[in-house]
Amino acid sequence: MDLDAILLQVLNGLDKGSAYALIALGLTLIFGTLGVVNFAHGALFMVGAFCAVSLERLLTISQISIDESKTDFLGNPLEVETPYIEMWFGEAIGQGIIDWSVPLAILLTIPVMLIIGIAMERGLIKHFYKRPHADQILVTFGLAIVIGEIIKASFGATENPVAAPAALARVTDVGALVGADTINVTYPSWRLIYMAFAAVVIGAIFAFLQFTTFGMVVRAGMADRETVGLLGIDIDRRFTIMFAIAAVVAGLAGVMYVPIKPPSYELGMQFLVISFVVVVVGGMGSLPGAVAAGFLLGLLEAFASTEWAKDIIPGIDQIIIYVVAIIILLTRPRGLMGRKGVMEE
Amino acid sequence: MTFSNKNIGRRGLIKGGVALGAGLAAPTFFHSRSLAAGDGGYLNAPQGKSVTLGFNVPQTGPYADEGADELRAYKLAVKHLNGEGDGGMLNTMMIKSPGDSDPEVMFARIDADGNGNLSKEEFTKAMSMKGMSGTALKGNGILGKKVEYVTGDTQTKSDAARASAKSMIEKDGAIMITGGSSSGVAVAVQGLCQDAGVIFMAGLTHSNDTTGKDKKANGFRHFFNGFMSGAALAPVLEKMYGKDRRAYHLTADYTWGWTQQASIQNATEDKGWETVNNVLTPLATTDFSSYVAPVVNSGADILVLNHYGGNMVNSLTSAVQFGLREKEVNGKNFEIVVPLYSRLMAQGAGENVKGIFGSTNWHWSLSDEGSKAFVQSFGKEYGFPPSQAAHTCYVQTLLYADAVERAGTFNPCGVVEALEGLEFDGMGNGPTLYRAEDHQCFKDVLVVKGKENPESKFDVLEVVEVTPRAQVEYAPDHEMFAGGELGECNPGA
Repeated sequence: MDLDAILLQVLNGLDKGSAYALIALGLTLIFGTLGVVNFAHGALFMVGAFCAVSLERLLTISQISIDESKTDFLGNPLEVETPYIEMWFGEAIGQGIIDWSVPLAILLTIPVMLIIGIAMERGLIKHFYKRPHADQILVTFGLAIVIGEIIKASFGATENPVAAPAALARVTDVGALVGADTINVTYPSWRLIYMAFAAVVIGAIFAFLQFTTFGMVVRAGMADRETVGLLGIDIDRRFTIMFAIAAVVAGLAGVMYVPIKPPSYELGMQFLVISFVVVVVGGMGSLPGAVAAGFLLGLLEAFASTEWAKDIIPGIDQIIIYVVAIIILLTRPRGLMGRKGVMEE
Repeated sequence: MTFSNKNIGRRGLIKGGVALGAGLAAPTFFHSRSLAAGDGGYLNAPQGKSVTLGFNVPQTGPYADEGADELRAYKLAVKHLNGEGDGGMLNTMMIKSPGDSDPEVMFARIDADGNGNLSKEEFTKAMSMKGMSGTALKGNGILGKKVEYVTGDTQTKSDAARASAKSMIEKDGAIMITGGSSSGVAVAVQGLCQDAGVIFMAGLTHSNDTTGKDKKANGFRHFFNGFMSGAALAPVLEKMYGKDRRAYHLTADYTWGWTQQASIQNATEDKGWETVNNVLTPLATTDFSSYVAPVVNSGADILVLNHYGGNMVNSLTSAVQFGLREKEVNGKNFEIVVPLYSRLMAQGAGENVKGIFGSTNWHWSLSDEGSKAFVQSFGKEYGFPPSQAAHTCYVQTLLYADAVERAGTFNPCGVVEALEGLEFDGMGNGPTLYRAEDHQCFKDVLVVKGKENPESKFDVLEVVEVTPRAQVEYAPDHEMFAGGELGECNPGA
C-alpha cells in the first residue's frame, strides 16, 4: 500500500469513527448518568436522519397544476408539482433552501430530539431504573423495533435519499487542503465536513461537562449519585436533561449522515450493534474511552476492508470489530478506559 | 380464395387451409389425458369450488416495498382470472404450444364464439396472431374454480421463505407457490416445492443458478438472468464507452453477485475490455467508502456495481460521492455501470442514477399492447405504475393459470408439460419461449439508463435499447449454467 492509499483509509476510518464516536458518546452519557443500557440509541440516530428526510419533504410540499400538453403514465394530463416555497420566494431562492435541507434540518433536529429524549426518559425509561439491566435492554430493544416499524410505515422500506447541498457535494483535494503537494488524495467534501462537525459536537459535550456548573453536578452525580442527592440537588432532573442531550447528539450524528448513506428503517439497527461494541471496548461509562474506541474501530474497519488486509486474512473485513472486542475484553476486561465498579456489582 | 362476411364451413376451411397452414400449428390441449382423468393422484388437488394459490413475497425486511408491489400484482391477477376488472393481459395474451397439429383443436382455438363456423373477424384475428391463439382462460377462475390465495412472508431469508411456503402448502392447501425478490430465496423455495410436489413460479430472481445448477422440474422462471444482462449490456457499453476499457468490479458476496459478475466480466471481455479487479463485498456492508476509495487510483476507468437493493443504493452513493463520475482516467471519462436495475431501488439512489446504464426485465413505459393493458389495469387500481417485480409476478400467475386450463388438470406434471416449450406473446416482452430444457424464459431484454430529466418520481429509468431475444440466448449446457439436473416432475402424492 502506498502512502496515498493509507491516507485514504485513515480518512475513511476517521469518517466511520466520527459516527461511531458520536453514538457511543451518547450511549455512555446515558449509561453513566442513569445506569440504563439504551438499546434504542441507534433508533435515535435514525430518527435524526429522518428529520432531514422530513424537512426535505416539508420544503417540497407542492401545488399541483395540470399541464395539458403532457400526459402521465395512464394517458391523463400530467400533474406538475411546484413547491410552494419556490412560489413564495422565487425559483432560485426556493431551490436554494431545498438544496440546503440537510444543514437546515439541524435546526429541526435539536428541538425534536430534545422532546423525544425527555418524553422517552420520563414516559418509559424512568420506570426501569431499579430493574435489572436485562429488563432495560428488553424494553429499549423493543422500543427500537417499534421506532423502526413506525419509520417503515411512514417512509417505506427502501432508502430515502436527500443530497448534500450542491456546493458541498464535491470532492476536496486533501493535498491542497493541508498544503502538501506530495499528497495526491481527493476525498468527498461532505465527509470531511462530517468529521469536523463530529469534532465540534464531541468538543462541546466535553466542554459542557468540564466547564459548566451543570456539567460539574452531572459529573459528581455520575461518580456518586446518592451523595449529590443528599446535598439537596435534584440530580434526577439533571439526568433527564442529560438523556435528552444524549438523544440530541445521536440525532445530530444521524441528520448529518444522510448524504453519506440514504437512510432506511434499518439504519438504527445497523449502527446499534457496532456502537455497543465501541462502548464495551472503550470501557462502560468512560466518555473519553467511547470516543477513542469509536475512532479506533472505525480505522480498523477501514483498513480491514482493503485488499492488502484481505490477502493476509480472507474475510477479515467482516469480523475485525468482533475480533478486536474479544482481544480487548480478554486482556483488559473493563475495556480501554473502563472504570472499576461499573456494571460489576 | 376470397372471404366475404359470410361464414365459412369449418371442413372447407381445414381442407383448403393453406393460408393458415403451418402458421396455425397452434396451441393445444394437454395430451396426457390420463393425467386429466380424475383430478386425484397429486398433492392438494382442489376439492371444492375454489383453488388456492400461495403468494410468498417479502412483506418485511429490506425488500418489503418490492414484495408489496408483487402482492398488488398477484391480487390484480386473481381479479382478472376470476373475471373481475378489465381483464388486463388476459386480453392481449397469445400462446402456442409445441407439437400440436390436431385440426379440431386448432379450429376450436380460433372459433371464438364456438359456433362451428369461422367468421371473417375470427379469421382476421387468427391471422394477425401469427399462429398463436388467445388464452384458454375464460375469466371464470381456473378450470371453473374460483381463485383464492394465501400469502406468506419470505422476509428475504431462505429459512423464513421455506417455512412460509411449507405452511401454505401443508396448512392452506396451496397448489402453486410463487413470488420472492431474491435468488437465495428462489433457489431455496424452488427446492422445497420440488420435494413437496407443487409448482413454483419464481418471482424476481436474477442468478444464473435458479435455472442453472439449481434448476428443478417443478420450477419455472419468467425473469431474466445475469447472463442475459451481460449479453444485452456489453454491446451497448462498447458502443457508448469504446473497446479499450478497464473495469473494476464490486460484487455482493453471494450466489447472485457471483454469477452476475462472471456474466458481465465474460461479456465485456469479449468486447475487448480488461477486468482490473473484482472485490467481493459482504452483503451486510452499509458504508462502501473503504471499497470505493481504492478504485480512484486503481487505473480502472469503469466501475461495475454488482449490487442490488440497499447495497446498490449505498455503493452507488459512495462512488458518486468520491467524485468518480467527474474523474478522467486514461484520457477517458470514468463511468459507472449498474447491471441490474430495479426502478423501486433506483428511486432510493435519487439523483445518483442519472445517466448510469443497466438492464431490466421490463419497464412500465413500454408501448406494446400487453404492457399497456397491464399498466392501465395496475395504474387504475393503485394509482401508480407497476414495477418489474410486479410485472413478472403477474405474468407468471397468468401463465400458470393458462397452463392448467390447457392441461385440464392442476396436476403439477400436467402443468409442467403444458409450460415446457410454450411460446407466448402479448405479455410485455415480445415473443417469448419457456424453454423445456431448463424452464427459463427467453425474451427481449431492456437496456436502460437513469433518466436525466424525470417528469415524475416513477420516471427514473429510460429504455435505451430493446435487445432482441436472439442476442441473449445460450445453449442449455452453457458452462455458466452447467451442473444440476432438472429431474422429474413431482406431483407430490
